Amino acid sequence: MGSDEAYNFVFKVVLIGESGVGKSNLLSRFTKNEFNHDSRTTIGVEFSTRTVQLNGFYIKAQIWDTAGLERYRAITSAYYRGAVGALLVYDITKHLTYESVERWLKELYDHADPHIVVMLVGNKTDLESERSVPTEEAKDFAEKKGLLFLETSALQSTNVEAAFNKVLEEIHKKVNSKEVVRGSINAVTLNSSRAESQEEEKKPCCKNI
Amino acid sequence: MSSDGNKKQFWKRNAAKVPGSIQHVYGAQHPPFDPLLHANLIKAGNKPPPATPGKPKKATTFQEFESITSDAWDVGDDDDELLAMAAQNLNIEVVMETANKVIENHSKQQERQRQDDTTEPGQGEEDAQEEVAAEELEEEEEDEYLRVEEVEAISPDASFASQSSPYADSRLVKSHSEAPIGSPRDAAGERAGLHRQRSLPHRPPVIPLVARMADQNTSGTPAMTEREASRLDKFKQLLAGPNTDLEELRKLSWSGIPRQVRPIAWKLLSGYLPANAERRESVLQRKRQEYFGFIQQYYDSRNDEHHQDTYRQIHIDIPRMSPENLVLQPKVTEIHIDIPRTNPLIPLFQQASVQEIFERILFIWAIRHPASGYVQGINDLVTPFFVVFVFEYIEEEVENFDVSSLQEEALRNIEADSFWCMSKLLDGIQDNYTFAQPGIQRKVKALEELVSRIDESVHRHMQQYEVEYLQFAFRWMNNLLMRELPLRCTIRLWDTYQAEPEGFSHFHLYVCAAFLVRWRKEILEERDFQGLMILLQNLPTMHWGNEEVSVLLAEAYRLKFAFADAPNHYKR
Repeated sequence: MGSDEAYNFVFKVVLIGESGVGKSNLLSRFTKNEFNHDSRTTIGVEFSTRTVQLNGFYIKAQIWDTAGLERYRAITSAYYRGAVGALLVYDITKHLTYESVERWLKELYDHADPHIVVMLVGNKTDLESERSVPTEEAKDFAEKKGLLFLETSALQSTNVEAAFNKVLEEIHKKVNSKEVVRGSINAVTLNSSRAESQEEEKKPCCKNI
Repeated sequence: MSSDGNKKQFWKRNAAKVPGSIQHVYGAQHPPFDPLLHANLIKAGNKPPPATPGKPKKATTFQEFESITSDAWDVGDDDDELLAMAAQNLNIEVVMETANKVIENHSKQQERQRQDDTTEPGQGEEDAQEEVAAEELEEEEEDEYLRVEEVEAISPDASFASQSSPYADSRLVKSHSEAPIGSPRDAAGERAGLHRQRSLPHRPPVIPLVARMADQNTSGTPAMTEREASRLDKFKQLLAGPNTDLEELRKLSWSGIPRQVRPIAWKLLSGYLPANAERRESVLQRKRQEYFGFIQQYYDSRNDEHHQDTYRQIHIDIPRMSPENLVLQPKVTEIHIDIPRTNPLIPLFQQASVQEIFERILFIWAIRHPASGYVQGINDLVTPFFVVFVFEYIEEEVENFDVSSLQEEALRNIEADSFWCMSKLLDGIQDNYTFAQPGIQRKVKALEELVSRIDESVHRHMQQYEVEYLQFAFRWMNNLLMRELPLRCTIRLWDTYQAEPEGFSHFHLYVCAAFLVRWRKEILEERDFQGLMILLQNLPTMHWGNEEVSVLLAEAYRLKFAFADAPNHYKR
């Protein structure tokens, strides 16, 4: 059966960040409008999709939720392949999770496309009283690093749509402005290197509406 | 024996225990192969008949066979040799045991269906009680166990009696399962059942997941059958002696362990308890003391700098544990089923004392295994031991169970026993968890190769849509399928895994292959990457019970023997 919706693009987006910051719930909130207090730890990789409409185009967001723990990184590095967007998530109530952001960025740039769109996401704003990461500080850091920035609450559903939509929008802009290589049928890749024309034996990811 | 080429070496000719029969692989348009028939014919001294009984010319048959099926191996000129091998006995007993159990359960279901159809609600209950009562008379010493069964008999019946028979599904479903694969007419045959339940069964909304958890039987047949009673008896005899014959215990356990004896059977099978009955008490004491010693030695250091990270991660993970993942399936082929989101077992796992137990077990293990440390997923592996050992002490339903009602000493013992048994399990698969998790990578690769041979269509389908095995099978290996199956199924699975040599590392591979291919219809229906991924990460098994697992195991067993002497990379 598969997806019957038509879509123009498929953008692969990865969720990264320390264990327990709320990646899985951000994913479920965005793709299923669900939040689960008792969500189990993600093992390996989990996957979900949602199609949104942007500027008249149908964009299928293919979202990969990865486990946060160090141990998995040898496996998950493979998952960065083809990703055009990333949400780097930390928990505003746990400063440690914010401190790891640099490390995550490094890993991201080590494995992913250099033009990948990255948003720094401070999650769990519903726990304002326990905040340990000042908004301004994170915002400045994001600016310095050329990252988008938003604070969200998957629990209350605050800014979740905004975060994903913003990332998808930015990706779309890049896709329009740069030379795009239709790599696999799974994702559009932002490859500014000379597009060796892929003799298209593979199906393009555009479908006719 | 011939010596030309790798192809010949592929099959060991002179093994004492010969790998199984030429089974029809998926896609074959032939009736199921009957090993008994084969064996009998061999005994009669006949030349083995063709793999497809009834067809006259062997050579032609094989050519047809080859061209129609996705062969797991190249037959070539080896017809005779292979057929000779095919005729040898599998571990017939074991396989038939499993098959019989499957048949039994289905007959019971049919029986129940007929009863429900013709009787009023509530009468089913009485019938079940009558059955139970009848058996009670037979075996007086079984009394206490039957009483437990009886108790269980009441609750599921109460919930089902008022609804239309929920288990007509298996036959309804059969008709849906358009098997392009040889569809089994009868319930017999160790592979037949594999294709029986294709689509989601039509089930009533209230599923006694927990009540059935220990019993693993989702069919409404709580009363112990004669067969079950006799099995229990065999176990008890085996366990009663001064020296338990572990080999016998393994053979028996392969087809499932009655819950009454599971705790001790598991402890014996894992090597935790010695076979010699006299030594058991002292060994238990010693091991338990040793574990408590570890706690004294290490546990206080959990907040020290060098242990902090380990402990912290464990501390985050434990409260998030819930044995069943009751998420509404995104794709329900037949009917939308409203499943209660709350898991009755959560209360058990949210009791502070239980959480602390898990934390201790995992922390101590991680500290003592610095090569891997704590890896997410290992926490799941404690659960079956813990739950099984806890059940030794309780009679009521687990959702009402308050751990604090246990004696402290009992709880401590459960903790220590769980620690040791889990350790033994992990010993066999430690490279699953060392850095970069090479064990898992290897196994996933092996799974891919295996599937490419046993079901080329499925394999090609995955390739076509660029689904990488690592993307879904990582979790299968890391968590030993615990995230894909209800806990009761895991528990049943582990009966076999502990009976098998290297069950958790080696046999598990074949179970995964059988598991994947079991969904071939659903897989082949998905025509894009997204659909496939979502399907593979949300396979509809929440209603699975003993039967489904038995069928899966029988299939895995068959695969294992088909590849018993395949090139090494299949083995580990």
